[in-house]
Amino acid sequence: MNASEHGFNPAFNMATIKQAVNEAIERVRMPTPMRLRDLIRQIRAARTAAEERSVVNKECAYIRSTFREEDSVWRCRNIAKLLYIHMLGYPAHFGQLECLKLIASSRFTDKRIGYLGAMLLLDERQDVHLLITNCLKNDLNSTTQFVVGLALCTLGAIASPEMARDLAGEVERLMKSPNAYIRKKAALCAFRIIKRVPELMEIFLPATRSLLSEKNHGVLITGVTLITEMCENSPDTLNHFKKIVPNLVRILKNLILAGYSPDHDVSGVSDPFLQVKILKLLRVLGRNDADASEAMNDILAQVATNTETSKNVGNTILYETVLSIMDIKSEGGLRVLAVNILGRFLLNNDKNIRYVALNTLLRTVHVDTSAVQRHRSTILECLKDPDISIRKRAMELSFALVNTQNIRTMMKELITFLEKADPEFKAQCSSNIVMSAERFAPNKRWHLDTLLKVLIGAGNYVRDDVISSTIQLISESTNQQSYMTLQLYKALSEDLMDKQPLTQVAVWAIGEYGDQLLQASIEDDSGCTPPAEEQVIELYQKLLWSPQNSTTTKQYALMSLTKLSTRFTSTNNKIQQIISSFCSSLHIELQQRGVEFSQFFGKYSHLRPSLLERMPPMEIVRQSGDTHTNGDIESEVKSPEESPQHVNNDSNALLDLLLVDFEGTTPTPQPAATTTTTTTSNKVDLLDLFNEMDNIDTPALQTLPSMDTTNLGLIVENNNGSLPIVINQNSNFIGGDLLSNTKTVNEKDVPTITAYDKDGLKMCFSLDKVADSNTLTINVVATNQTLSPMTDFLFQAAVPKTFQLQMMSPSGTVMGPNGQITQVLRVTNPNKTV
Amino acid sequence: MFSKYLDTVIVLQMQFMLLFSRQGKLRLQKWYVAHPDKLKKKITRELITTILARKPKMCSFLEWRDLKIVYKRYASLYFCCAIEQEDNELLTLEVIHRYVELLDKYFGSVCELDIIFNFEKAYFILDELLLGGEIQETSKKTILKAIAAQDLLQEFDLM
Repeated sequence: MNASEHGFNPAFNMATIKQAVNEAIERVRMPTPMRLRDLIRQIRAARTAAEERSVVNKECAYIRSTFREEDSVWRCRNIAKLLYIHMLGYPAHFGQLECLKLIASSRFTDKRIGYLGAMLLLDERQDVHLLITNCLKNDLNSTTQFVVGLALCTLGAIASPEMARDLAGEVERLMKSPNAYIRKKAALCAFRIIKRVPELMEIFLPATRSLLSEKNHGVLITGVTLITEMCENSPDTLNHFKKIVPNLVRILKNLILAGYSPDHDVSGVSDPFLQVKILKLLRVLGRNDADASEAMNDILAQVATNTETSKNVGNTILYETVLSIMDIKSEGGLRVLAVNILGRFLLNNDKNIRYVALNTLLRTVHVDTSAVQRHRSTILECLKDPDISIRKRAMELSFALVNTQNIRTMMKELITFLEKADPEFKAQCSSNIVMSAERFAPNKRWHLDTLLKVLIGAGNYVRDDVISSTIQLISESTNQQSYMTLQLYKALSEDLMDKQPLTQVAVWAIGEYGDQLLQASIEDDSGCTPPAEEQVIELYQKLLWSPQNSTTTKQYALMSLTKLSTRFTSTNNKIQQIISSFCSSLHIELQQRGVEFSQFFGKYSHLRPSLLERMPPMEIVRQSGDTHTNGDIESEVKSPEESPQHVNNDSNALLDLLLVDFEGTTPTPQPAATTTTTTTSNKVDLLDLFNEMDNIDTPALQTLPSMDTTNLGLIVENNNGSLPIVINQNSNFIGGDLLSNTKTVNEKDVPTITAYDKDGLKMCFSLDKVADSNTLTINVVATNQTLSPMTDFLFQAAVPKTFQLQMMSPSGTVMGPNGQITQVLRVTNPNKTV
Repeated sequence: MFSKYLDTVIVLQMQFMLLFSRQGKLRLQKWYVAHPDKLKKKITRELITTILARKPKMCSFLEWRDLKIVYKRYASLYFCCAIEQEDNELLTLEVIHRYVELLDKYFGSVCELDIIFNFEKAYFILDELLLGGEIQETSKKTILKAIAAQDLLQEFDLM
């Protein structure tokens, strides 16, 4: 116990201390509280957490007492100490009001610490805001620039909506201050205020424009930041600022061409911070605007080719440039340049650059899949990277690249990845594999093999629906059943350990197709012989008594075993024995099954064969087996090489053309309508389609909130007859309100819509609103319900200009009879803040 | 717990910046979004553990919940920023580096102890570099001049 300790205890009065320790007298007489430096030393000297706590508690008690005594001389020092204590994780809220007192002081030191404390101890959730608003208002009018600076900085950090409203006028005035130091801070404060209260944007608009004519980089960069925010805030403002594109281009050009300026140079690059911000604003301005994009093509090309790439700064700018090029309506050549830059990034030694490359490729993969495909092997290589961030990105990108042509090689890599992946990846990876396999499987055997590998590789991380879909697929593929059952049996007998999904699927298949398992021909598989009945029963015994298997799995096994009694011939007694032993199982579910199934072996044994008959093939989604082809002429399949790129371009042009027509309210596109007369009956009749439009208002649609102003145009194109089918509904469809108004649309209420069902082509949309985002995912399933194949299927969609549409590549272009094509669309409403 | 607050969070380039030591001790925290103290502590604790567990050769980016974490180690100190998914990670590294340069110039080859004992100065410098999570000044000279001038104002107080 040292003397100073006594000094901090308010319970001691002077007299007591004087009596107690002589040595202490000198220190106690001095009213000076411990210095911050000394407190930090003391805390650092503490050897244990308890010791630290006692030092802190003592000091906190002392600080509290000085607050009570309204000690204004040492308030600043005490708050500083409190802030240090706060950083260590101790409560410090009792200092909030003292901070305000410091701010109100006239000394700069007090203000500086007071505002620091306000930023650390208060946030916009605190109630003391009225008080601080007054302090801020005073200081915003101070004649000392640094006092104004402190106030602006604090306002920028803790502005609540009320404070923003109260002080917006002051900030606007300061944006016009002749002092650059104040101007830049005011601009960012305005940025923060608009973030909080978007309606306040109007008052800042006039003062904002002039920020760009500055020479000072600080004012420039804050101005650009503010304008970017305003543009993203409202489409009107975006249009208002379209005219500054030339200014921005000029500033950027000056930055690249200007000679060395030591003040803003970062390893040979002139003010990368400002360059990146301008590139970002250009992206916002050029998005969906051909004219603006045209105006920035040159400068983007210049930045992309002239930037030094040996250092991180250069790559920072290139990265931003690539994002801008891919986002605006840039020239084809420029896009090639951008993807090539990303290709170089992928091969970079720096992990950060590689990560950024993967990330950007994922964002641009929908724009130009074929360009990204070129880097497939490098991307697959990244799956083996030791860094989890890179692996995650590589996995997502790999799945985005899977298509009919590369599915076999891609899946091989991805399944290897799945087997070695961390648990956190397994669920996501396995469900993605299952989805890709469903979309692109070249044949049933391959599909089943893949599912089997997923069940083995992902173990217990497989989602439940994989179990049911695997079972369904086995049931449906009648000629693969014995092969598959044998494979599952093999997998199960090799590894009994704790893979519930695999075990469940395997016992289901064995129970169902037990007789086929015994007779499975060897030619079906290399070196795998069918088991004997006794071996199978032995396996079941192990399964049922293993403590690692869940009750659900055991239920599967019991059911399956009962079925086997009608498929197997010589082991019935053994089966009966096992089942009856469950009559006394401790688990009620198993006991019930034991008792019930035992009845099949006694009184009701005559019912057993018919009750346990094989289930008919389960056909849920696809109605397979219809081999009737009619010898139709349309069955010629276009070779995949016949560039989908080319088709895309054509139809994009067509889309633009049609869109112009659609600006009106009545959907009667003349050029398309004229072609309808030449169509044959099994093609889609355009005029009828439009008649149909009015009938689409199904009850399901009426559950959506009213969406009368916006509409989504849909164009389905059948290249065979060069016949575009146009669906454009001015009435109700998946309109803007769905995106802009989350409150009224609960995800669960979003229906599946039959968007089109005519002449054998049926298109269903299932909508999926991603929670907490402004994105709507539309899963499009097109089904050919005719007996002849449909080729060159191309689905197009258009959204209002304020929305962004992202179309994933379709699962194919050819639909056989009863075939399906799936495609995913993402519609984003960037104007809606989440 | 976390997602409950996320819908009220405004989208900012930078959500927060943390400085912590190799031993996991917090040295500086700057929050540009409003969170209750409890949540801030939780985020800080989780992030420090996650980042310290990463190997030195790994990349500087980490996807953590809905945020992207950009971090870099300078000597015994980790500088860590949380940014939006859409933001330029490489630029954030430059911002961190710029901050370190400023500290270095101000303290004269800065070390962890400088930041511990003069944490308020470290905050002041950061507040001249960033405001509300956005870059406010790109010239080192201007920032250091502003800090020096304010330090001088404090000197006057003492007279």
